[in-house]
Amino acid sequence: MDQHFARTDMLPPMPPPVTERGAIKWGRENLFSTPLNIALTVLGVGIIWWVITASLPWWLNSVWTASSLGECRDIVAASAGEGATGACWAMIRQWWGAFIFGFYPPTEWWRPILAFGLLFAALSPVLFSGQTRNLTLILGVVLVFLVGTLWLAEAPALAFALSVALVVGLLALAQVRPGLTLWFTVAYPALCFWLLWGGSVWGPLVAMAGFAILYGVFRFGSPFIGLAPAAGAGVVAAVLWWLYLDVPVVNSLQSMLPFSLRSINSDQFGGFLLAIVIGVTGISFSLPIGILLALGRQSDMLIVKSLSVGFIEFIRGVPLITLLFTASLLLQYFLPPGTNFDIILRVIILVTFFAAAYLAEVIRGGLAALPRGQYEAADALGLDYWRAQRLIILPQALKISIPSIVSTFIGLFKDTTLVAFVGLMDPLKGVTQIVRADINWKGIYWEPYIFVGAIFFVICFGMSRYSMYLEKKLKTDHR
Amino acid sequence: MAMAADVPKDSFRLSMLIYDTRYRSYTIQIVVLVLFALAVAWLLNNTVQNLEARGKQFNFAFLWQRAGYDIGQQLVPYTNDSTHFRALLVGLMNTLVVAFFGCILATILGVLIGVLRLSKNWLVSRLMTVYVEMFRNVPLLLWILLSYVLLSETTPAPNAFRITDEMAAAGEAPAASMILWDSLAITNRGTNIPSPLFERGLGSADLGFMTLNLTFLALVLVIAASVFVNRRILVSARATQEDTGVRPVTWWKSLLVLFAPTIALLIAMGFHLEVPELRGFNFQGGILVAHSFTALLLALTLYTAAFIAEIVRAGIQAISRGQSEAAFALGLRPGRTMNLIILPQALRVIIPPLISQFLNLTKNTSLGIAVSYLDLRGTLGGITLNQTGRELECMLLMMLIYLSISLIISAVMNMYNSSVQLKAR
Amino acid sequence: MKKSVFFGTLAATTLVSGLAMAGTLDDVKARGELICGSNTGLTGFGAPDASGTWAGFDVDLCRAVAAAVLGDATKVKFVPTTGETRFTALQSGEVDLLVRNSTWTFSRDSELALDFVAVNYYDGQGFMVKKDLGVSSAKELDGATVCIQTGTTTELNLADFFKQNNINYQPVTVADDSEAQRQYLAGACDTYTTDASGLAASRATMPDADNHVILPEIISKEPLGPVVRHGDSAWGDVVRWTYYALLVAEEKGVTSANVSEVATSTADEEVKRLLGISGDMGAKIGLDNEAFKNAIAAVGNYGEIFSRNIGEGTSINLARGLNALWTQGGLQYAPPFR
Repeated sequence: MDQHFARTDMLPPMPPPVTERGAIKWGRENLFSTPLNIALTVLGVGIIWWVITASLPWWLNSVWTASSLGECRDIVAASAGEGATGACWAMIRQWWGAFIFGFYPPTEWWRPILAFGLLFAALSPVLFSGQTRNLTLILGVVLVFLVGTLWLAEAPALAFALSVALVVGLLALAQVRPGLTLWFTVAYPALCFWLLWGGSVWGPLVAMAGFAILYGVFRFGSPFIGLAPAAGAGVVAAVLWWLYLDVPVVNSLQSMLPFSLRSINSDQFGGFLLAIVIGVTGISFSLPIGILLALGRQSDMLIVKSLSVGFIEFIRGVPLITLLFTASLLLQYFLPPGTNFDIILRVIILVTFFAAAYLAEVIRGGLAALPRGQYEAADALGLDYWRAQRLIILPQALKISIPSIVSTFIGLFKDTTLVAFVGLMDPLKGVTQIVRADINWKGIYWEPYIFVGAIFFVICFGMSRYSMYLEKKLKTDHR
Repeated sequence: MAMAADVPKDSFRLSMLIYDTRYRSYTIQIVVLVLFALAVAWLLNNTVQNLEARGKQFNFAFLWQRAGYDIGQQLVPYTNDSTHFRALLVGLMNTLVVAFFGCILATILGVLIGVLRLSKNWLVSRLMTVYVEMFRNVPLLLWILLSYVLLSETTPAPNAFRITDEMAAAGEAPAASMILWDSLAITNRGTNIPSPLFERGLGSADLGFMTLNLTFLALVLVIAASVFVNRRILVSARATQEDTGVRPVTWWKSLLVLFAPTIALLIAMGFHLEVPELRGFNFQGGILVAHSFTALLLALTLYTAAFIAEIVRAGIQAISRGQSEAAFALGLRPGRTMNLIILPQALRVIIPPLISQFLNLTKNTSLGIAVSYLDLRGTLGGITLNQTGRELECMLLMMLIYLSISLIISAVMNMYNSSVQLKAR
Repeated sequence: MKKSVFFGTLAATTLVSGLAMAGTLDDVKARGELICGSNTGLTGFGAPDASGTWAGFDVDLCRAVAAAVLGDATKVKFVPTTGETRFTALQSGEVDLLVRNSTWTFSRDSELALDFVAVNYYDGQGFMVKKDLGVSSAKELDGATVCIQTGTTTELNLADFFKQNNINYQPVTVADDSEAQRQYLAGACDTYTTDASGLAASRATMPDADNHVILPEIISKEPLGPVVRHGDSAWGDVVRWTYYALLVAEEKGVTSANVSEVATSTADEEVKRLLGISGDMGAKIGLDNEAFKNAIAAVGNYGEIFSRNIGEGTSINLARGLNALWTQGGLQYAPPFR
């Protein structure tokens, strides 16, 4: 009898023991693996519990409709019993306009909104040069944003139609000749200035013309008198244009073709509008200065190098707040007697210097990260210094530095809150201070701070995630 | 063929200044220098004209005038009869003390959070991520304001500590009580901590320009000597270990050397603590640490710790996995792997960005303005500037001081950095 | 590329302001707008509302000057200044006029090269305490924690007062009025010291006003008034006499409501001169002859401004006290319009 006990069919697999599956396994591995981990988990749960129990009633008892803090507190007391605490968000309903736009007239709110939307339209050609798909995506988002927000802000029909037409036009251009969208980026600063400050459209346009003159003189002069003299002549011509011809030309154009928006004083800027204006202009002005400083610091020329180092280290060595006080108290000592321009512009100048010093260090990092071979290859091709920088070195160095530039921008954006100390209406302290001086809302402090903090968090967190994404995307081969 | 060797021996032409690379850099530098000198001259000229137009002078004599205002927190003796210069010193000390404690606490907290963020514990690592993102993405100013409000709104007023006669009769406890064996009182104004007192102190020596506290000096000297001796003991222990393979037991020697002399000195000088006590409006005696200081320190620590945590995390992640695997293969436990293998290597990556965080923290102490902490900006750049109207002098002096502090910190830290970097071979 | 806009503006502003500097009055006229340095937010004296419209006792003086110089009380740009930046803003020409509860002192008048042209509010520094503290005099405040606003004269007065009385205190400096109130209400300081008007205003807006008392001691004189740059007497005269016009108007019973009616019916020669019916008072200081009439029509007389912004019945609820007209036992006295 041939007996064998071999199985002919597989046993069905047993379910894993209780401790090795599902939530319990996950918990054992991730929360309770060692005594230390158990202690930490308990501690963590304790902290979460404490935070929730301490603040939950306050959030739950929120009041959204009231006309003063006293009324708010009465409502909380009536609904949740005597002694209960509750947030009073009704203040935000009354003051949100000031937190976002400062005292920018509500009928003109569509202008900063439009400028903000178009900022992304202007940035996209730089970020995605010539990539039709990404350009289309961004411009589409901008279009949807603008249609929604401009409608909410009750923009005049003409402005609404023009801005939609502009973005649709850009979209169409992006499909056909994506490279040409860069011209919009070039024109954007003038457009943005005009939208925000209003006045005659010719002011910014004529000022921009100065750059066209600079370029024209340089371009047409260089074959005859050489590169460097042509550049010098260009600068001189542009400066002369700005100093002597700018104002009369603007005036005559304005009288011929009066096309202007209601002019808005910069003292009406405030809230996040102010923070974004200072942050974005600071970063964009400082980029070229930062590049020059970084190149200067890398330079072999002793004097250029030591001046760059001196500037960078000085600015980085003093707190931003002293620079802001310089803008407010000292700048006028250094300018010709009688010179006077408004505090926002002075703050922007100093913030630009500040950002330039930090950007210079960031870009220097990018330059240092480039393999030596790139410089040598550029030399081997016989490129001169500027061509080598423009064609070989800077495109790569800037690409590596983009994530750090974004984080510098985040830092700068957060630091714009400090302008409150020189009397400007930043969202965090300036506007909040005015709200707290309002007779109806005297004694309120948590709500405005939490509101402003939450907006800052959303913006900065979004940007930092984006820069991490960029970092991952750009990290191709530089190791 | 011989042509190649012929260097063109042109006579010097003016255009060579621009087109010849041998001379061009000189031309550029001279042009830059001249432009720079012109700019400086222009600025100076404007300044002189402006000063004249406003009928002001540029001198620092006001620093030796009576200040006339009071400062809450003073680490150097100061009254309102002291000079503005003295007020400057008080402010400078206040700046430095926040920066000093801030750097230390932020480093400890930052390293802890950075390590915990990489922890395998899901809950803890998530919590730390939330912490880091929350603090990094909201302006520091908000944290300073919030921690100040938090401290002054959630702590009891000094009155709450009082036991009135009726309460004593009814056997009721006061609404608030001191903590840590009745030595520490946290009120909504500040924290009252006990102060060290000496019955038989060594007095102080007057050196003319400053007074030297001999008691303090003696303590510092004794502690320094103890540390030095302890180090000798450890060095000889290591030598023995290397010779014989057996490490002599040193812990009790170390303890004895480190603590016995100090304790003996303290007893000899009659050391005791002066405990704060509620008298009148406030706690008297002890040292009052005002909430403006605590709030600033707290906010700076929490904020900077979030950045340091990211630096530490990046530093640890920069160490290749092979290192920790090798350590595990040698049988080291995770804690020791971290301490002996990972952190020392990560330190090289961590230190350079850490330096800039320290600099940032130091510069950010100037935000004490938000809670009216009278630091250098609050005294010299605030009240002094305001009462004397000397913007130019005060601001320049203040920038100069901040600049020197920054340069000193970065010099010291760079020295430390070069000592831990791998020596190039 | 943005540099263009920036430099363009820079160049334009430099040019525009380069032309100026002749005199503040001409500047203001040429600009068509008065730039007035104001508080960053002090209830009753100067603060913007949710739509950005400024209102308050000091603000109305600015509006009166604008109405006198430009004929339009709305042509004012308010530049919020902090205690620390206010005088520099004025000296550097950033503002034409500073009306921001600034105390007239010797050193500010001399060293800071400013001119205080009038006193629109006579004030003094006082103390506010909670009732349950059981304090009835400032001299009992030995060892107390005191909240003071930084950048003001109150710091120096406080130091002097406690020193003279040989008692100690713990200073807590705060940056602005609302923060000082928060600290005081939270009990972070035993007493809050600032100008008595500010104290009364604060107390009036507190939810439990009865629990707070203002101590009887007034430890300093605080004459608050509009400030102009030293050496520009023409402009100083304009501000000074606009202010006095408001005072005279109150004295003579001219209000914003009846000013046009009075102008036609009055027989009082001084009122006629004030309203520009006879004489050329306005023209003599470089203004329109109806300048003062415009000012009164725009904001009312001194009494109206006072009662509208800070007087009894408003939430600030201040009595006229020292600021009553001299005819009613106060100190407000205008030199004759002659």
